[in-house]
Amino acid sequence: MNTYDLVIVGGGPAGLAAAASAKDHGIDSILIIERDKELGGILNQCIHNGFGLHTFKEELTGPEYASRFIDMVLDRGIEYKLNTMVMDISADKKVTAMNREDGMFEVQAKAVILAMGCRERSRGALNIPGYRPAGIYSAGTAQRLVNMEGYMPGKEVVILGSGDIGLIMARRMTLEGAKVKVVAELMPYSGGLKRNIVQCLNDFDIPLKLSHTVVDIEGKNRVEAVTIAEVGSDRKPIPGTEERYTCDTLLLSCGLIPENELSKSAGVALNPVTSGPVVNDSLETNIDGIFACGNVLHVHDLVDYVSQEASAAGKNAANYIKNGKEKDAKIVEILPVDGVRYTVPKYIRPTEMDDTLTVRFRVGAVYKNCAIATYFDDQLISKRKRPVMAPGEMEQVILDKKKLGEYPDLSKITIKIEEA
Amino acid sequence: MYDVAIIGAGVVGSAIARELSKYQVNACVIEREEDVCNGTSKANSAIIHGGFDATPGTLKAKLNVRGNFLMDELARDLDIPFKRNGSLVVCTKDQDRSGLEKLLEKGTSNGVPGLRIIEREELIAMEPNLSDDVTCALFAPTGGIVCPFHMTMAFAENACTNGVKFFLNTQVDTIEKNGDSYRISTLHTDTKNKETFEAKVVINAAGVYADVFNNMVSENKLHITARKGEYCLLDKDAGTHVSHTIFQLPSKMGKGVLVTPTVHGNLLVGPTAVDVDDKEAVNTTASGLDSLAATAARSVKNVPMRQVITSFAGLRAHEDSDDFVIGEVKDAKGFINAAGIESPGLSSAPAIAEMVTDIVKGLLPLEKNPDFVGTRKGILRLDTLSLEERNKLIKEHPEYGNIICRCEMITEGEIMDAIHRPLGARSLDGVKRRTRAGMGRCQAGFCSPRTMEILEREVPMSIFDITKNGVGSNIVVGYNKEV
Amino acid sequence: MSETTRELTCIGCPLGCSITVTMNGTDVVSVTGNTCPRGDAYARKEVTNPTRIVTSTVRVEGGISPMVNVKTASDIPKAKIFECASALKNVVVTAPVKIGDVVVSNVAGTGVDVVAAKNIVAK
Repeated sequence: MNTYDLVIVGGGPAGLAAAASAKDHGIDSILIIERDKELGGILNQCIHNGFGLHTFKEELTGPEYASRFIDMVLDRGIEYKLNTMVMDISADKKVTAMNREDGMFEVQAKAVILAMGCRERSRGALNIPGYRPAGIYSAGTAQRLVNMEGYMPGKEVVILGSGDIGLIMARRMTLEGAKVKVVAELMPYSGGLKRNIVQCLNDFDIPLKLSHTVVDIEGKNRVEAVTIAEVGSDRKPIPGTEERYTCDTLLLSCGLIPENELSKSAGVALNPVTSGPVVNDSLETNIDGIFACGNVLHVHDLVDYVSQEASAAGKNAANYIKNGKEKDAKIVEILPVDGVRYTVPKYIRPTEMDDTLTVRFRVGAVYKNCAIATYFDDQLISKRKRPVMAPGEMEQVILDKKKLGEYPDLSKITIKIEEA
Repeated sequence: MYDVAIIGAGVVGSAIARELSKYQVNACVIEREEDVCNGTSKANSAIIHGGFDATPGTLKAKLNVRGNFLMDELARDLDIPFKRNGSLVVCTKDQDRSGLEKLLEKGTSNGVPGLRIIEREELIAMEPNLSDDVTCALFAPTGGIVCPFHMTMAFAENACTNGVKFFLNTQVDTIEKNGDSYRISTLHTDTKNKETFEAKVVINAAGVYADVFNNMVSENKLHITARKGEYCLLDKDAGTHVSHTIFQLPSKMGKGVLVTPTVHGNLLVGPTAVDVDDKEAVNTTASGLDSLAATAARSVKNVPMRQVITSFAGLRAHEDSDDFVIGEVKDAKGFINAAGIESPGLSSAPAIAEMVTDIVKGLLPLEKNPDFVGTRKGILRLDTLSLEERNKLIKEHPEYGNIICRCEMITEGEIMDAIHRPLGARSLDGVKRRTRAGMGRCQAGFCSPRTMEILEREVPMSIFDITKNGVGSNIVVGYNKEV
Repeated sequence: MSETTRELTCIGCPLGCSITVTMNGTDVVSVTGNTCPRGDAYARKEVTNPTRIVTSTVRVEGGISPMVNVKTASDIPKAKIFECASALKNVVVTAPVKIGDVVVSNVAGTGVDVVAAKNIVAK
C-alpha cells in the first residue's frame, strides 16, 4: 500500500489551497485525489466574474481564480490523481479510491483533509408536487451543460430559488438566447448577493418574486408550465395567488448540502445545522488527523473565504503530521444563540489555537442595525455593530488567544445577535 | 403473421413473453413507451406480497400465493434483486384486533405459509421503531421486496434472448378481428410511421388501457379506473428504519400506507389511493405528499421525512369487478385479457404468465423450445466482487474503474452494459432503472451530463435526441446561442 | 429642461441601499438614499455610463474540454452586452488556449478585446 503524509480528498478551491499551504509548512508527501478530469472543482463551470476580490484584489472568473491555485500546486510539484473517485475513508486514515488505470487501491495517510465540496438540493428533496418531466434541472447542472458542454437545457425558463447560482444562471441563459420569465424565492429576502440581483436580474428586466414558491409542474414529457404561488409567513402557499407560467425549463437553486458521505464512513461527527463536520480551532474533526475545509465543512458565500479556511487546514494538518496532537488540551465550546445558527469551529483549545482565530457563522434571518456580541461565560467581550446581516452572507468573529489567556476558568463562549 | 402479439411490456406482458418463449412460438410484444417497465410496473410498492389480503377463491388470492412461491427460483435464474424480509400488518390500540384474526384466516385459507399473530413485546424486538400505539401484528414471513424494474427487465430481456420480438415506441391504435386472426394497427410515437401487425392470438396486458383494447373487440365491456398512489422515497441513510414491510390494518381511517425498506436499501413510504379520470395523471399532489407522513406515523414512529430524495405517483389499473380479469374473451376468440392487474399484480405476474400460457396452449399447438435458455445475468454489480476480482475486471475493462454516479457508485462499465444488453437503455431513465445511476440522493444532478456523453458515444445517438424517458422528453434543446 | 428621477439599488455592499438619482437631461442633479460615498459614485456612473464585464464561452477544437470561458478584458457599455454576446456566436478557437489569449478583438466596436479566461490543454 502506498503511504502519504497527507491525502486531500478533492481538487477544488479548498483542496488546492490546503495542499499548497501544507507544502509551505513543510510537508512534502501530499496526494490530492480529484474525481473530475481537471483540477479546479466547481470553479471551472462558474465562468462569471467577481471571484478573488479579497485574495487577489481583482475580479476574476471562476476558472481564472482556480488557475491561480492550480499553478501554486503545480509550482510546488504536489502530486495529484485526476478522474479518481474516493470510495471510502477509514477512521485510521486509509483512503480507498478507484480509477481506470490503477483500479481500486488504498493509500495510508498520516492526515486526511476532507475537501469534497457540496451538492445541490434536488427537486425530490424539495418535495415539489406535479409531474416529473424532462426540463427540471438544478441550477448547477444547467450551468455545467451550458458552460462546460455548450448545450442549452431549454428556451423558456422559470427559476426557483434566488441563491447566487440561480441568479447567475438567469443571466447566462438570457445571454445565450433563452427567455427567463421569473425567479421565485420562498423566503421574503433573496439568498443572493445584491450585485447579482442588479446585474443578473434587473439588467435584463427579469422579475424576482419574493415569498413565492412552485406549487405545480405540468408536462408529461417535457415541462410545459410551472405554477407559482405566494406563501404566507408559515411558508405555505396562499390559495388564490397562483400564477401560471408557460415554459420548458425549471431551474432549481434552493440550497447546497455539504457532501459528507465519505466523512460519515470514517466516523466523522456532523453538525445537523451545517450538515458538515464538527471541528475544533484547527479544523480537525472528532477523528484525530482528519481535517475539513471549504464547502464540505459549511457552505461558503465567497471562494476567498474557502481559500483562507483551506490554507489554515493545510497548515494545521502539517503541524499535526510533524508534531502530533496535544491530547490533554482544554476544550471550550462556542455556543451559537439568538440568531446565530452555528459556528465553525464549534470547539476551541485556548492553549493550542493560533494567535487569532476567525470564527465564521451565518445568521438565521435578516437583521438591520444589530450587533454581533461575544461573551466569555457571562461577560461581554466584544460587540460589533452591523448595519445589515442576512442568511446569504457569512459573518465572523475574531478570537484573540491573548485575551482568552486571561480567562483560565472559561467554560463556554457565546456568540449572539443583539440590539445595537 | 405472429402466433401471439402481447400488448404492453410491463411486468405482466414481459412475464408472459418470457413464459411463452419456453415454446416454439412466433411472438411479439408491442409497447407504447420507449422502454419496458414504463407504466404501472415502474411506480408501485415493489412488494412481493404474502397473499393473505385477497378474498379466498379470487384470482388475486390464487395467483398471488403462486407468484410468491415462484419468486425464489425466478430471482436465482434471472438475477433479480429479491429478499424475503417478511411483512407485518400492525394493529394499533384504537383498532379491533379481530381484523388481524380475519386476515390470518383469509391467509390460511389462501395457503399462505407461516402466518402468525405476534404480540407487542416480540414485535418491538423485531421492529423497534414501530409506533407506541401498536399492540400486535400479523407476521407473514414469505412477504418480500423486489426491484420491479429489474424484475420486468429480467423477464423482457430473457424473452428477447429466447426469440420474442419487442416493438417499443409503438402505440396500438386499433385492433380488428380479421378472419381467424387479429389486425393491430399501430403508430410509431417517434417516426409517426404506421405499421400493422397480424396475430393469431392477442394478449391484452395494457395496464390502465386494457379496458380500451378489450372494448375494441368485445361486447363484454371492461371499465378500468386509474387509481393514483403517491409515494416518497427516502435516502439510504433511512433505509434501516424498519427491516420488515410494515402494513397498517385497514380501518375507517382508510387502508393506511406501508413503510418498507426497498431491496436496494432505501426506505419507501406510500401509497395514497385516489381515483383519477386521466390515465396519464402520474403527477404528485401537495395534499397527497403531505398526508403520507401523518399516515405513516400511525404504524412507524420518527420516519425521517426530511430525508426524502424523491416522490412519485403510479396508477393502479382497478377494474370494476375488483378482481384480475384473466382469460380468453368469450365473444372474441383468440383475444386473451390480462386486465385489471392492480395490487398484488407484481407478486402475481409470474403466475399470471403461467395461467395465460396455459390458455394459449389451448388455442395454438405449442411445442417446447429446445433452445430455451432460462437464465439471465443482470448487470454486474461491482460491490459483489472481491478487490482482486474487481481489479482484474478493471484491467480488462477500464470503464469499470470510472465512477459516473457518485451517489450510488455506478461505473461507466455498468452503464455501457445497460446500453448494450438486449433491449438496452436509450434514455437517462432507462440507464437509471437498469443501473441505479441517478437514483441516489442527488437525483442525477451530478451524473446526467456524464451519462449523456456515454449514451451519445455508445448507442451512438445525437446529444439532442437523448431523452429523459422517451419521445418529447429531450434533455438539451440546442447549442448555446442557437435556441 | 425638466428633471427626472431614477431608482437604483446600490451593489457596493450587502446593505443594498435604494438610491434615487435626480437628473436634468444627462446631468446628475442629486443623489439621495445612499449611506456612503461609494453609493454616490456608483449611482453617478450607473446613470451616466453604466458598464459591465461580459463573460461567456466559445467552442474549442482539439482541447480536453469542448468550451472555453472568455470575458471582456475590461468593462463595456451595458447597452453593448447583447451585441457582444452575439459576436461570439460562431467563434471557434483551437487548443491549446491560454488565459489572456485574444479571442475577438475590439468586440462590438467597443475597443475592448474578448480574451480567454481559462487554460485549455490540447487533447
